Amino acid sequence: MAGTRRSLRQTIDRLPSPQVFWAGFAIMAAVVALVLVGLVWMPYKPTAMSADRLQGISAAHWLGTDKMGRDILSRVMYGSRVTLMVALGTMAIGAGTGVLVGAVTGFYGGLLDEVVMRVMDGLFAFPNVLLALVFVSLFGSSTMHVMWALGIAFIPSFTRVVRSEYVRIKHLDYVKNARLQGASDARVIFVHMLPNVRGVLLSNVMIGFNNAVLAEAGLSFLGIGSQPPYASLGQMISEAQEIFFRVPTAVLGPGIVIVAMVLGFSLMGEGIRPATQSLD
Amino acid sequence: MRYVLKKTVTTLATLLVVSVVLFASFQLISGDPATRMLGTGATPERLEALRAQLGLNDPLPVQYVRWLVSYLHGDPGISYVYKQPVSTLLASKIPVTLALALLSFALMCAIGLPVGLYTAKHAGSALDHAVLVLNQVIMAIPPFFSGILISWVFGMMLRLFSPGGYVPYTRSVAGFLGYLVYPAIAIALPRAAQLSKLLRGSILEEAGKDYTRTAYSRGNDTNGVLYGHILKNALLPTLTFLGMSLANMLAGSLVVERVFNIPGISNTLLASIGNRDYPVVLATVMWIAVFVIVSNLVVDILYRALDPRVDVE
Repeated sequence: MAGTRRSLRQTIDRLPSPQVFWAGFAIMAAVVALVLVGLVWMPYKPTAMSADRLQGISAAHWLGTDKMGRDILSRVMYGSRVTLMVALGTMAIGAGTGVLVGAVTGFYGGLLDEVVMRVMDGLFAFPNVLLALVFVSLFGSSTMHVMWALGIAFIPSFTRVVRSEYVRIKHLDYVKNARLQGASDARVIFVHMLPNVRGVLLSNVMIGFNNAVLAEAGLSFLGIGSQPPYASLGQMISEAQEIFFRVPTAVLGPGIVIVAMVLGFSLMGEGIRPATQSLD
Repeated sequence: MRYVLKKTVTTLATLLVVSVVLFASFQLISGDPATRMLGTGATPERLEALRAQLGLNDPLPVQYVRWLVSYLHGDPGISYVYKQPVSTLLASKIPVTLALALLSFALMCAIGLPVGLYTAKHAGSALDHAVLVLNQVIMAIPPFFSGILISWVFGMMLRLFSPGGYVPYTRSVAGFLGYLVYPAIAIALPRAAQLSKLLRGSILEEAGKDYTRTAYSRGNDTNGVLYGHILKNALLPTLTFLGMSLANMLAGSLVVERVFNIPGISNTLLASIGNRDYPVVLATVMWIAVFVIVSNLVVDILYRALDPRVDVE
């Protein structure tokens, strides 16, 4: 156990910029800690209203209260959980389906590949927020629907990168070797080839997660997804806009958590990417 | 020229497919429009009369063609809720959203391109490092959050504009643009950060190639190599990004219009989604699709002009 941990540590230290990675990791850890603490303990119930409306920062309410007297810290903790879950769910749907479709179309090619990729191009042309709007207007507005809509919107980007990797590696010797040994197509695709696309997949997941967080926040800002009285970060900012002057933390609290989530993840991604050279 | 023609045909085909898919999904979901318009208390005779009047008894393909033809003539149907032609509802709003999206796009280029060029030219300098860090932070700020901060700093503290005091373009074009600049900054900033980072990266990548060394060896200075040789190649990935940005700016406008109380399509679209007013949603989404797909066509053609190799594939 200690051995594997040390080797993970060494892997990170050998990254192009380990400091950047650790900075992102620290920010992300803080956000995740906020969500995890919120699972077992919150100062107040996030939907509980009280007579203490529009309070500033105090010992009782660390981030103050909103116009219905609800504790902002508790709502931020709850809302971060919603945003994080939607982003993770979106990634699971988008990456899962994208890998499956990309692997199969890339491996077999032909007419299926051609048709699927044209559909993906069409889907890709749409901004994910708009796709989600269409989806929600057809099926109704709920957190689950937003997750599915965004998940579907993220399928094309994963399909594209996985497909092009499969097209590139399917003629390599180890793949031929596996087939000669009589491995089934499914085994070649998922057991032999899949581990070799994880590098590309990782960087795409990094970008995708951030886009998912931003898209969820934007949609809930528009009132789509998580419904009142339940909190979601974007929705909290939307409700707090008019009370910004009296309780700035009502906007800054959820806003900073969104920024931290995206920044943390993108810094981790930056730390993994190789550095670029200079012009001269 | 053949390329332009080929691309235009595929674009039209894509648009047709998108319109069929959208029309079909909204038809399947929307139930009976006559009941929606007259309410459940209407007599069967009146419902039947309205159905006949709207042509709802015809087969779906016939309805689709009729919708498409009238859409192309600028008449995408009648709102269930407002009982007005959708075109009347949207006519005054689309220009506002379009202006905001285009202004954001212009600002994005005006900020992102020079910063990208400068940081690439001075890669490794202190300022370059500062911009790299700043870019990373800016990319993480959603426009609706920065929009609120911008209206606080520029509106309330510096009093450069009055938040919520939108000026219609019919009254004063200068006042209209002066108000839209602030939301446009909010939309443009994260994309400008991405753009400058992308441009810096692709310039530095081109800088490592053989032709750059050749250009230097022929006696060019850094500026000569950069503007005469590298830039044209480095702009190619940027161009794809710019094409995708237009669609992104439009989506950004939908969100930021709310922050700044701008009467664009955002409120109408969201209210229609809430009211299940499908003709309005369908028309708006279709309009956005046309905008996005046509701007992709323009990018493809520009790309081909800059890089003739794409023809060979």
